[in-house]
Amino acid sequence: MTTIDEITTEVQSRFNEIETSQFRNQTRLRVPASQLLEVAQHLRDQHAFDLLVDITCVDYLHYRGATDRFGLIILLANTSESLRITLRVMLNEPDPTVDSLTPLWHGANWMEREVWDMFGIHFEGHPDLRRILLPEEFTTHPLRKDYPLQGFGERHNFPVIRRSEA
Amino acid sequence: MPLTETTTSPTATDQQEYLWTLNFGPQHPATHTTLRLILELDGERVVKATPDIGYLHSGFEKIGEHLDYNQYVTVTDRMNYISPMANNVAWHHAVENLLEIELTPRCQYIRVLVSELARISDHLLCTGAMGLDVGAFTFFLYAFYQRERIYDIFETLCGARFTNSYTRTGGLSQDITPLVIEKTRDFLKTFPRTLEDMERLLNRNRIFVDRTQGVGVLSREDAMSYSATGPIARASGITRDLRKDEPYLCYEDFDFQVCCARTGDSFARYLVRMAEIRESLKILNQLIENIPAGPINVGGDERTALPTKEQVYQTIEGTITHFELIMSNRGFTVPCDETYAAIESPNGELGFYVVGDESNVAYRARCRPPSFIHFSLFPDLIRGHTLSDIVAVLGSLNIIAAELDR
Repeated sequence: MTTIDEITTEVQSRFNEIETSQFRNQTRLRVPASQLLEVAQHLRDQHAFDLLVDITCVDYLHYRGATDRFGLIILLANTSESLRITLRVMLNEPDPTVDSLTPLWHGANWMEREVWDMFGIHFEGHPDLRRILLPEEFTTHPLRKDYPLQGFGERHNFPVIRRSEA
Repeated sequence: MPLTETTTSPTATDQQEYLWTLNFGPQHPATHTTLRLILELDGERVVKATPDIGYLHSGFEKIGEHLDYNQYVTVTDRMNYISPMANNVAWHHAVENLLEIELTPRCQYIRVLVSELARISDHLLCTGAMGLDVGAFTFFLYAFYQRERIYDIFETLCGARFTNSYTRTGGLSQDITPLVIEKTRDFLKTFPRTLEDMERLLNRNRIFVDRTQGVGVLSREDAMSYSATGPIARASGITRDLRKDEPYLCYEDFDFQVCCARTGDSFARYLVRMAEIRESLKILNQLIENIPAGPINVGGDERTALPTKEQVYQTIEGTITHFELIMSNRGFTVPCDETYAAIESPNGELGFYVVGDESNVAYRARCRPPSFIHFSLFPDLIRGHTLSDIVAVLGSLNIIAAELDR
């Protein structure tokens, strides 16, 4: 039985530039984008974080004190010892790119597609990075903070298919 | 039909030109909700299934960035409308984790009461609809009649049958009344007999067993790798249940079992759901006689919960607290940080990742939707089975398109 603190110290001693923080008993590791895949693999194989709970993203455009644009959030859980850990990867425009986690978990496939769809984060090595919830012809990423609640008028500009052409 | 050895491998069939492409949905009675599958068929065998989702995408997460912590609960109702109570509890569980609010014992008990009723009603609908799809109509009617009684309890509880919006930050919208207790007791007394009837209808029913056993087998490794949670993971032998592993609310006070199966097929998922109904009944039986007295909301003085209407209209402190929490430039004391909290919803782990920015509106309200994650399993589960097995697998996964697309 290892505690979450032992795990974070071990990960910190093994990888450079990892910052840890605690909030409401949740441990977060801030990981550089280049190391994400290795850190995730290390956590999965050495510390039994076998369940990828979720991959999501936050756009920190208007967030107080934020220095980076996007924060990719990866939630992992160790199901045998009921531990949880959060990985955060900070990404910036113009090229928000990060390694895909699909080699480690199949479940990452759709979660990463959703993040691509909503935030435009590009996942290197993803087998099928297409839009998932929005139509293919959509050009923007609506969960970004510079996208207005009511949209840019995509709905009104969709081509209308008439009965004669259908 | 169970998977046979004669099935052609997907790589070999890729080159074959006689494959049939069939469009399943988005408006098909057996999908129950709006989702679409593009199937490639070799005769009646499914070689490849490509889900096409997003028909019900309504931007719930974007709306979450514009509604305050109490208003957003109305949107969570509409995510998984089969068990809206569980979504309400999940949302405010995450918000209270962010705001560091400790609930009163009475509120915790009532939240467990509604979540377990929601679990029963969700499992009833899921198994009922699954039975309906494979031809067991009576089972569906039995299940739906009992669901109706749970709707009645919810209606007595909060006035709404379907979109309950029952929870509030730091408490509940209203306290339970003796009538609710009476109706729940009545339900607990009579429902087990119906449940036995239902089990007798399907558990050894030749048609049902033939159509579900060995269909859509999910191995333990795949369940883990695809992030499956809840009954679907437990039917594949993963013993994870957040109620036991990371006890929230007051689940530690109750004695219940985590129901698991090993085979991981559609039939195992059905059995796990039926067994979970029994465990939920066990929890409810222990709970209903032991609801502690006291307030349902945490103290209104600290501005952590909305005061009751009597307090608002009859005391000046209540009016001030109400004003402070409702006005758009005021509100709760929110930290500038982010947190994730999850509950064991009927469908699996339902969590919210909430980012606070010191205003009364969440900066980001991410929902971890179990349906979305379970649906990504579907192409793998159906590969090699026949067209008619699709409904048996879809039914056992319990895909709710509103939650799938949000």
